[in-house]
Amino acid sequence: MTSYPEWWKLVFGRFTFEALPLHEPILVATFGVVVLGGLALLVLITRMKAWGYLWNEWFTSVDHKKIGIMYMILGVIMLLRGFADALMMRGQQAIAFAGSEGYLPPHHYDQIFTAHGVIMIFFVAMPFVTGLMNFVVPLQIGARDVAFPFLNNFSFWMTVGGAVLVMTSLFIGEFATTGWLAYPPLSGAAYSPGVGMDYYLWGLQVAGVGTTLSGVNLVATIVKMRAPGMDMMKMPVFTWTSLCTNVLIVATFPILAATLALLTLDRYVGTNFFTNDLGGNPMMYVNLIWIWGHPEVYILILPAFGIFSEVASTFCGKRLFGYASMVYATVVITILSYLVWLHHFFTMGSGASVNSFFGITTMIISIPTGAKIFNWLFTMYRGRIRFELPMMWLVAFMLTFVIGGMTGVMLAVPPADFVLHNSLFLVAHFHNVIIGGVVFGIFAGIAYWFPKAFGFRLEPFWGKLSFWFWVVGFYVAFMPLYVLGLMGVTRRLNRFEDPSLQIWFVIAAIGAVLILFGILCFLIQIAVSIIRRDELRDTTGDPWDGRTLEWSTSSPPPDYNFAFTPVIHDHDSWSDMKKRGYQRPLAGFRPIHMPRNTGAGVIIAGLATLCGFALIWHVWWLAALTFVGVVASVITHSFNYDRDFHIPAETVLREEDSRSKLLARA
Amino acid sequence: MSGSQNHAEPHAEHGDHGDAHGAPHGSLRGYVTGFVLSVILTAIPFWLVMNDVLGHATLTALVIMGFAAVQIVVHMVYFLHMNSRSEGGWTMMALIFTIIIVVIALSGSLWVMFHLNANMMPSDMHRM
Repeated sequence: MTSYPEWWKLVFGRFTFEALPLHEPILVATFGVVVLGGLALLVLITRMKAWGYLWNEWFTSVDHKKIGIMYMILGVIMLLRGFADALMMRGQQAIAFAGSEGYLPPHHYDQIFTAHGVIMIFFVAMPFVTGLMNFVVPLQIGARDVAFPFLNNFSFWMTVGGAVLVMTSLFIGEFATTGWLAYPPLSGAAYSPGVGMDYYLWGLQVAGVGTTLSGVNLVATIVKMRAPGMDMMKMPVFTWTSLCTNVLIVATFPILAATLALLTLDRYVGTNFFTNDLGGNPMMYVNLIWIWGHPEVYILILPAFGIFSEVASTFCGKRLFGYASMVYATVVITILSYLVWLHHFFTMGSGASVNSFFGITTMIISIPTGAKIFNWLFTMYRGRIRFELPMMWLVAFMLTFVIGGMTGVMLAVPPADFVLHNSLFLVAHFHNVIIGGVVFGIFAGIAYWFPKAFGFRLEPFWGKLSFWFWVVGFYVAFMPLYVLGLMGVTRRLNRFEDPSLQIWFVIAAIGAVLILFGILCFLIQIAVSIIRRDELRDTTGDPWDGRTLEWSTSSPPPDYNFAFTPVIHDHDSWSDMKKRGYQRPLAGFRPIHMPRNTGAGVIIAGLATLCGFALIWHVWWLAALTFVGVVASVITHSFNYDRDFHIPAETVLREEDSRSKLLARA
Repeated sequence: MSGSQNHAEPHAEHGDHGDAHGAPHGSLRGYVTGFVLSVILTAIPFWLVMNDVLGHATLTALVIMGFAAVQIVVHMVYFLHMNSRSEGGWTMMALIFTIIIVVIALSGSLWVMFHLNANMMPSDMHRM
């Protein structure tokens, strides 16, 4: 070990060159690839002189559509990282048998499964879901932007900041080795003294600010900015599920922030909230984190339910069966999601009365969820079904999700849970509902709304290939885990003794490779679609014969979304307007009041991320400096009165005329 | 005031659409009443603790929590201007939802945490 001079600690905190993972060939190689790829990207952007364009048109944009698209790009990038972790785990478990140690030492393996869980939930599923809501909700309710456009931009960059911190941990220092929810005492200072756990805490705190604020923003948008005539029971179902999801976000993410803050105090200033000494109780952490954690899974799945509802009615060419029951089921799930959290720790000591209460509430949730499945099925019944890509995802979702739901009800029975808890059966169950529900829903949503966002459809061949690889790959990868779980194999192990288990892990690894092909086909699908965009062009703005308002504008929609705010008479309002022979207004445009782009979101979020980084490494001077910077830039931004402008009526006329020409050609 | 400042919102061009059924703004009298009430509600707990009036720590803590709850209501009514009509009933609905969630989280946590030792062996057997 090199010795460092006195001033080193003052300037660089606990950073030393030993913290760089130079002894891990896998990480060094990854770092090399990332640096080369990053440099190539930077050079490309510079050569194309695209920096000004990116900064002015995207990074500083307050347009909900662009922010939504940026969330989706963040989700795709992080999906690649999280999936790389998954492949490494499957590879390790497939070969680490009968004395072989595999290729991942335990410390590295533990970081990988922690990072996989954290990234997939916080930086893949959440950005995807938030991105879709951001893009679609204002269009569906006939609004021109969200309620607080600047806040939206700021929320996005905070989410990016959290992702940057988690990614940084790959190359500078390490990541947590505690599992994705970081239970103490393992995550306390005594057992996790390194920076890994602090990367976890600050990464999630920074991203959590973004998530909470975007929740506030979308609730306000849906409550206050609906087009005239759209009362609550005329809202599209996706908007309804978005409303419930964002209410859940606003109500639960503060609990996560508070819980993580208490753990941070334990680690940084020596309090004893979650230690075993001085009256602390680690079980309180488990209790609190799941009061957030259980609603979180509904935060992810409810928008997916909304997407499937839109897809079902559009591609079956009829109204959603049981609109009202769908809305009530969503609201009931929202409330019930707060009454089940203990089912995540049935085995941790509560008596029979507590366990049976939470077991029963858990089983009750399957009732509104089952009602939704029947609603989609009855929507298909006697519908004129078009098996486009989104509809295929819907069918795959219904088949897969029901299996996940049934294993979930099995786990909800406390005596069964005593056998199955902490096993690969549980791992198979939650991947079954998250992949079968959330991921399939996101892919359906991407295929469904892509033409609205970019003005051309996704190429179907590669999409269908991706679909089949994903669906088959999912079953091949996770059904063996159900079997292993029933045989009693626990999760998070990095080597095994019993060679008879190996075959199941090999099958699961093959499944993971199939999913890899699914992801690659998805990326190829996007590339092919961009190359062939002219033949896939959507000139009508309504490529699927849609039923909700977003299909009444052009694809992609103009900056102002709607030249005139539409007036709503019925739900499925665009379908209703088409039936009544709606004529697009061609004249009489007025200047449109719009929010102005600002770089403040990037700057504040950048400073907050740097502050988190400094706190992780105990570089106190930098933490203080950046914190003051955050406060100062917030104050400065609040004095910026140049926040809005008007799109002149002539520009609106020009935009609308060019759309008329497009429509005439179609 | 917050109502006159929402230029940044894209729908601000609907004129004073935002204020028509928006939250009522406070009057000087309301703010003063709220201020006096909160000062009183803060002073009494201080007095209870400093002079040890009740002579019983747990009892004092409970009484202070009672005052804190009343304080919350005072803030909501006089400073946040909440009543059953503002924002077309949405603020009241949000409040009811919040109360339900807080009650579930607090009472549930207490129940769960006090129940955790239900299946434990007696402590002398536990130490092997």
